[in-house]
Amino acid sequence: MKFTNLAIAAGFAAVLSVSAASAADISGAGATFPNPVYSKWAEAYKAETGNSVNYQSVGSGAGIKQIEAKTVTFGATDTPLSGAELDKFGLAQFPTVIGGIVPIVNLEGIKPGDLVLDGKTLADIFQGKITKWDDPAIVALNAGVKLPSTAIAVVHRSDGSGTSFNFTTYLSDVSADWKSGVGANSAVEWPVGIGAKGNDGIAANVSQTAGSIGYVEYAYATANTLTYTKMVNKDGKTVAPTAAAFAAAAAGADWKSQPGYGVVITNQPGAETWPMTAATFILVYKKPDDAAATAEALKFFAWGYDKGDKLAEDLIFIPIPDAIVNDIKAMWKSDILDKDGKPVYAGS
Amino acid sequence: MAAQDRGSALRRFALGDSIFRAATFVAALTVLLLLSGVIISLVVGSIPAISTFGFDFLTTQSWNPVTEKFGAIAPIYGTLVTAFIAMLIGVPVSLGIAIFLTELCPHALRRPIGTAIELLAGIPSIIYGIWGLFVFAPFLQKTLQPFLIDVFGNVPGLNMVFGGPPYGIGVFTAGLILAIMVLPFITAITRDVFLTVPPVVKEAAFGLGCTTWEVIRKVVIPYTRTGIIGGVMLGLGRALGETMAITFVIGNAHRISASILAPGTTISATIANEFNEATGTLYTSSLITLGLILFVITFVVLAISRIMLMRLEKKSGT
Repeated sequence: MKFTNLAIAAGFAAVLSVSAASAADISGAGATFPNPVYSKWAEAYKAETGNSVNYQSVGSGAGIKQIEAKTVTFGATDTPLSGAELDKFGLAQFPTVIGGIVPIVNLEGIKPGDLVLDGKTLADIFQGKITKWDDPAIVALNAGVKLPSTAIAVVHRSDGSGTSFNFTTYLSDVSADWKSGVGANSAVEWPVGIGAKGNDGIAANVSQTAGSIGYVEYAYATANTLTYTKMVNKDGKTVAPTAAAFAAAAAGADWKSQPGYGVVITNQPGAETWPMTAATFILVYKKPDDAAATAEALKFFAWGYDKGDKLAEDLIFIPIPDAIVNDIKAMWKSDILDKDGKPVYAGS
Repeated sequence: MAAQDRGSALRRFALGDSIFRAATFVAALTVLLLLSGVIISLVVGSIPAISTFGFDFLTTQSWNPVTEKFGAIAPIYGTLVTAFIAMLIGVPVSLGIAIFLTELCPHALRRPIGTAIELLAGIPSIIYGIWGLFVFAPFLQKTLQPFLIDVFGNVPGLNMVFGGPPYGIGVFTAGLILAIMVLPFITAITRDVFLTVPPVVKEAAFGLGCTTWEVIRKVVIPYTRTGIIGGVMLGLGRALGETMAITFVIGNAHRISASILAPGTTISATIANEFNEATGTLYTSSLITLGLILFVITFVVLAISRIMLMRLEKKSGT
């Protein structure tokens, strides 16, 4: 619960700083997944520059709606928008941090990293095709591990979520059955299991229910000392969820191939790669009505790229690779322009 | 002179009266305007979903954001069943507490118990939700639910109702939490109406040789029937619309299960869970239509209670 406390503390800091509003205040809204990072960044940024960033973590869908309605300076989403969607509203999109999603289980005698799963098995479990822990498919992956003959209780997100989007995208990628039967979205029609609200809700339900399996952002697994599993990745190697494994997925991604860097980096190749890794994105207008506010927002994210790495890593989020950051800053200068056609962001 | 003074004073009073009348009239009108505003925006918001799915929306169980096929029967079922369980448990217990407090309780205990009931009403619903998830659900999972599954396991029919693995959370747990939440409302109102029974009536009944039970059954309850129904309806209204606590403990699955131990969902929990991330017109509109359905259900429940009250009043009148 340390994680939640941090977020709450940061939230209070944000509220307090709003009351001392100055001209440089900017507001953003969206994804809950990167909220701990943005809150930490905003706190440190305020201490250093005196400028406030008010981030409302209301969910990716709501973030997209609010930026389209122009009620905020920037929107945040875990589900990248397509090129067509970006063009429709004249939005620019760029990634800020990367995080990992891990399966968590509650099995007696099984410690973190003891159990190994692969994508196909995970998809079958979440589809209700594998219902017992001693199913041959799970046993085959875990020679020497004593598995009980109990029913598997599946726990999934009940709220729409970027975490679910990336999780179901991965399952669609590795299982044709999942792709045609359930599909990938921030909310899907879950074939089995109970729904829990938020990462915290899944963590709570799994820690209470014997024989259960769920999926959370990695930081929630460590903060609640839950039993995460290892995964077999695309290269057939068994990997543990570590910062290095998340970074490997980010390094292998072809960022420039997609409009707005909108890559989904689940199931990336590479021997070290964690298969369920996800980037989170920011949306701003290319020709903003309030160029000064957008300039402040970009200044904040530039600060995050340059000085926020340590803060993100403390929360087990991975910074965007430097080469991509340079490319993003160049994109800001060429694409995000004020009324006179000048770049709104003047920094380096 | 004096007559003129009185005339102008009266006119001043008349003016004051009409201003006061107009002001209160506007205040009363505000309610109607607000209500029609809510209805209009709900109806307008539901048009895309209703025109796409039509009547099927009420009978389909599928709730699939990927293929954009939505149906409301699972949340409607969950809403009604959890409210039913809440009433089944909450009403007798509430009446029991109220009767004890007004008729049987030693004076020294009345105030502490009364205050405790009011404090229960003051606890925010999110607290009930967190308590339900972290304390109550694990308790049920380890004790009551395995017991129910064992006892009814071989009884045809009931083994369906109390079947399946003990998840801890689910429709039954949600109903229990709701019962606890509506308890203070029903208790407070019924206690207050019990206190309105004139002591002389009760004393007369006692004088005739009635037992306490007979006085309560034949004098107190008939005398206060309208008020009791009002209290129960207020509790039912809360049970139907309760959101946060239910979202935590019901399991949030868009399925109708024969077993009340299985996870389900309610209308308000679905809206609370999915509104933020709902993308696309059809998804959002389907959620708004759920809101409209809840509005209609609540309206029908209130209308039925009004009709019941009118019938009772007529009966007692003749």
